[in-house]
Amino acid sequence: MSNTTVNKKTPAAYNYVDSRVGFSAALKRNMRKVFPDHWSFMLGEIALYSFIILLLTGTFLTLWFKPSMTEVIYNGSYIPLKGIPMSEAYASTLNISFDVRGGMLIRQIHHWAALFFIAAMVVHLLRVFFTGAYRKPREFNWLLGLGLLTLGLLAGFSGYSLPDDLLSGIGLKIASGIIQALPVIGTWALYFLFGGEFPGTEIIPRLYSIHILLIPGAILALVTAHLLLVWTQKHTQYPGPGRTEKNVVGYPLLPVYTAKAGGFFFIVFGVTTLLGALVAINPIWLYGPFTPDQVTAGSQPDWYIGFLEGSLRVMPAIEFNIFNTWTFSPNVLIPALILPGLMFTLMGAYPFIESWITGDKREHNLLDRPRNAPTRTALGTMSLSFYILLWIGGGNDIIATTFHMSINSITWFMRVALIALPPLVFIATRRICLGLQRNDLDKLLHGKETGRILRLPEGGFVEVHEPVTEAELPKLLARETYPVWELPQKVDANGIKTPKYRRQLMKAKLSGWWTKGDLPIPTMKEIQSGQHHAHEALEQAHEFGVEPGKEEIVTSTNH
Amino acid sequence: MTNKFDINNTFDPDDENKAPKVSKEVATKLPTPAKGVDHYLRRTDTDPKAAKRAERQVAALFGASSFFTLVFLVSFVAIPREKKIAVSLIGVTGAQNLVLGTSFGLAILLIGIGAIHWAKKLMPDVEMVQERKEMKPADEVQQEALDAFRVGATESGMGQRKLIRRTLLGALALFPLPFVVMLRDLGPAPKGELRNTAWQEDLHIVTDITYAKIRPEDIPVGNLISAMPENILEIQEEEGNLNERGKSAILLVRMRPEEIKSQQGPDWDYQGIVAYSKICTHVGCPIALYEQRTHHLLCPCHQSTFDLADSGQPVFGPAARRLPQLAITVDEEGYLIARQGFQEPVGPSFWERGA
Amino acid sequence: MANLAKFRRNRFASVLVLFFALGLVSIGFSGVNKLVTPAAAKIGSEETLVDKGSALFAEGCSSCHGLNGQGTSDGPTLAGVGAAAVHFQVSTGRMPMAAPGAQVMRKKPSYNEEETLALAAYVATFGPGPAIPSEEQVNEWQNASVSEGGELFRTNCAQCHNFAGSGGALTNGKYAPSLGQATPTQIYEAMITGPQSMPIFSDKTLTPESKAAIIRYIQELNKSENPGGMDLGRIGPVTEGLVLWVVGLGVLIIFAVWIGARVR
Repeated sequence: MSNTTVNKKTPAAYNYVDSRVGFSAALKRNMRKVFPDHWSFMLGEIALYSFIILLLTGTFLTLWFKPSMTEVIYNGSYIPLKGIPMSEAYASTLNISFDVRGGMLIRQIHHWAALFFIAAMVVHLLRVFFTGAYRKPREFNWLLGLGLLTLGLLAGFSGYSLPDDLLSGIGLKIASGIIQALPVIGTWALYFLFGGEFPGTEIIPRLYSIHILLIPGAILALVTAHLLLVWTQKHTQYPGPGRTEKNVVGYPLLPVYTAKAGGFFFIVFGVTTLLGALVAINPIWLYGPFTPDQVTAGSQPDWYIGFLEGSLRVMPAIEFNIFNTWTFSPNVLIPALILPGLMFTLMGAYPFIESWITGDKREHNLLDRPRNAPTRTALGTMSLSFYILLWIGGGNDIIATTFHMSINSITWFMRVALIALPPLVFIATRRICLGLQRNDLDKLLHGKETGRILRLPEGGFVEVHEPVTEAELPKLLARETYPVWELPQKVDANGIKTPKYRRQLMKAKLSGWWTKGDLPIPTMKEIQSGQHHAHEALEQAHEFGVEPGKEEIVTSTNH
Repeated sequence: MTNKFDINNTFDPDDENKAPKVSKEVATKLPTPAKGVDHYLRRTDTDPKAAKRAERQVAALFGASSFFTLVFLVSFVAIPREKKIAVSLIGVTGAQNLVLGTSFGLAILLIGIGAIHWAKKLMPDVEMVQERKEMKPADEVQQEALDAFRVGATESGMGQRKLIRRTLLGALALFPLPFVVMLRDLGPAPKGELRNTAWQEDLHIVTDITYAKIRPEDIPVGNLISAMPENILEIQEEEGNLNERGKSAILLVRMRPEEIKSQQGPDWDYQGIVAYSKICTHVGCPIALYEQRTHHLLCPCHQSTFDLADSGQPVFGPAARRLPQLAITVDEEGYLIARQGFQEPVGPSFWERGA
Repeated sequence: MANLAKFRRNRFASVLVLFFALGLVSIGFSGVNKLVTPAAAKIGSEETLVDKGSALFAEGCSSCHGLNGQGTSDGPTLAGVGAAAVHFQVSTGRMPMAAPGAQVMRKKPSYNEEETLALAAYVATFGPGPAIPSEEQVNEWQNASVSEGGELFRTNCAQCHNFAGSGGALTNGKYAPSLGQATPTQIYEAMITGPQSMPIFSDKTLTPESKAAIIRYIQELNKSENPGGMDLGRIGPVTEGLVLWVVGLGVLIIFAVWIGARVR
């Protein structure tokens, strides 16, 4: 550790600011704050840095973009569109792409960064979920994160609709079709959003203010709260040597974490820029200006809306005509509104549901290894498989043309797979987790397998095990089981009905399901004796000349 | 082996962690090297030559970044905007965008790589430890906070003076209403425009983009035409938007009359030429993938498929309603015209749609 | 005869008989062959185009389309398809069809241009149909407006072939193919004949000038000019998303692992 010097003269500039702001106490506390170092903790950073990149490149774009649907005749330098009538929004986007130096680059960086932003949030969410980082005290952060994800989706959709090109315009039409299908308020909502019928002349300027002002403002607010909580609660860490629930082990903010996190910002920015330079994205000049009577084959939204596209495609055609007066359209409402609503609600409620089932109200700062929470991990992979199936379904026509298949068969396959596959994934994942747990338990009770086979003088083969190292031990020990609550009695000894009986019954049943198949936790005594045996066996094996790591079968006769 | 791992193996649901008695000093103390963590020396820790080499490498990375920034600045002015070059894997592309983007990207990336290299090779990598306090503050602190609130609340009189409290709440509840009400002019009230299109009796059908009237004898069996009402450009001009285009777009296809299994009305076709709305009844994408042999019309958005030989009924996909048909005939000069407007609303469903 | 019989047990007798038999068979075969095989092999003789076509047709097409193009259970009738349809199908290699499937695929043509024209001329005799467009008609594309072509392309073609002519899916395994290899003549012919699922765009409703503009636009698309960088097949956000997840996130995660990895 470097020596901090004391009693040196205070620099004048520092003193000037500090005398007016008084931040020394805060700096003292935070400048050497420790952050744990693991690559999976950097996924949220990718999202944060992508957001900064979006702000920077987005500001550039606002200097040239014209959010207006007024018709103009194009007269810029992209010849294949010269003389064509189009909206000012589209024309100004062409202008940025072809007539502003660096404009194409910034536009493409902006779009790639948007894709990164949401992808990073999704992988970050997965990491947080599978390691149980959403548990107390971090439930609020989980909810803030879901809010950020929702805002990201809205920002992306509003953003790629701004150029008013054919592809994104088709997406807007689909959105308007969904909105107008809402019962009772549908046509009103449509008229209020679009200022009348689709497409009208209001939607692009309105999406503009939503996209550059309202949503970024909300994201900035939520991100600030999100980071503030991470700062004050301190980041979680994986179980390992020296790491407990009551400490945080890692590197200090200054200089290591600043260099690593700051360096990573430049890396994310650099990679995004290189993608923007080398790989075309959203080539609006090929799509053409939007008009509501044209369409292109292979109409897909950006990847993060793909799961909704898939759900719309595989939904069967269910619509009800009520007394010839009203039309109720589940074929549109369920896939486009009810499904995502359910998904986000379940995700938001999840930390609270889990802590209710397990009864665990403690603070958790050590992360779970996914294998040590088999039911949670299996629920996660099951939901992920459902999401991925929907996502793939959104591109069923591209799959059909690439692999020479029939879109009709793919759609039917998806309809069945969406129901049949996730439960299978759940079962398989749980089995795999329990198998991995068994592996860990074996290591604790019998030591690690070395792969060396020993033939004993009295006959028989045995595999040499070596004791687990001290560095590995905390990881293997970091498993807990949860209690299975007793089934409540309907009435107690005096014949009085148990209050909240149903709730307690459900909680008891769910806790049984939650812990099903869990392996027993070994006692320290069992572990120690197991490691001791492995140690002895290894000593014995050494006497026979057996070195772990060498591939050779040794018998007692030929050493 | 010593038993120094104090991980709690038993779970007691009643035992909520009590806040440890950690003094403020400990909580704010500078971090110390973590105990129980092995620290491995790096080459750069033991060999000063390796450290010097690492330093040179970091400097080279930063230097290269500056170089690429210069490349960017020079190319910005030196490369003409229209210049094109052919690059393998990319094809013919704008030279300026390629060079600007690559140099800018490398300039940024190399700063990042340099910083990370510096941290990994040269900065101390001893793992440090800091104490973590429980998030919940000590009970006394909580009580003091609540007491402060209680004092303030009592002094405000909110508790006792019910009239003030109730009228305040009433005022606060009401004052946001103007914000909501002022949003009224976001849009006009829907008045059934969704039910009507520009199509009406005797309106000529013209080809889209070229706006030419159509004779039935010019349409062979299997032909597809994207068509519009003859006054579409006027309407666009008058209304200043594309709304009518999104409702009046139609498709004309010709089949052999015996191939038409059913229609939405008697003799709505003209000698095997049928006219259908081009707007899908699912969520409104224009639908124009006409398969000549099967007479099926496929929507590229969600794969709703309609049979144009059978009243435009949906045969696959999420669309539940048939495509509206337009009744057509010819005028005295022999050009195709609409016999009447659409007899049902075109496009996606809405609550008041009814039949 | 008695003298010959003296030699019947000679060791060379079997060899002689073998040669005699071979000679008989080969002479017989060539004789029969001449009777059976029409003058297919005789390209370059003074026969007319139609006769040439007839010979080629009998050899390569009649098994599925019938000797007079009347159709069989394996192939539809060719009466009235016209020379343009034949020229299109054969010059793109779609016909003769290699294997049955939902749709014929473009492949290396089996016949050269001369043979293709012969086939086209012959099939045209089955019934009146669209003629092969003339050179002037097709070459009009060089004078056409690319932006007008774009408008027409997006209204009439993009819904099946996609905004950049990269192709798209139809129902039940059928598809609208990519236009990347289509020649101007083939594009014109496809529009006027409506091959397989493709509808017809007759010259009266989509005029030759419009067709020229569309061809001009397709030629522009096929120049593979990509101002923004590598195009990912020009099929839209699906491939962009794929690159993001595999290349983009992959690279960033590799960097993240590098950052956290222990240094030796």
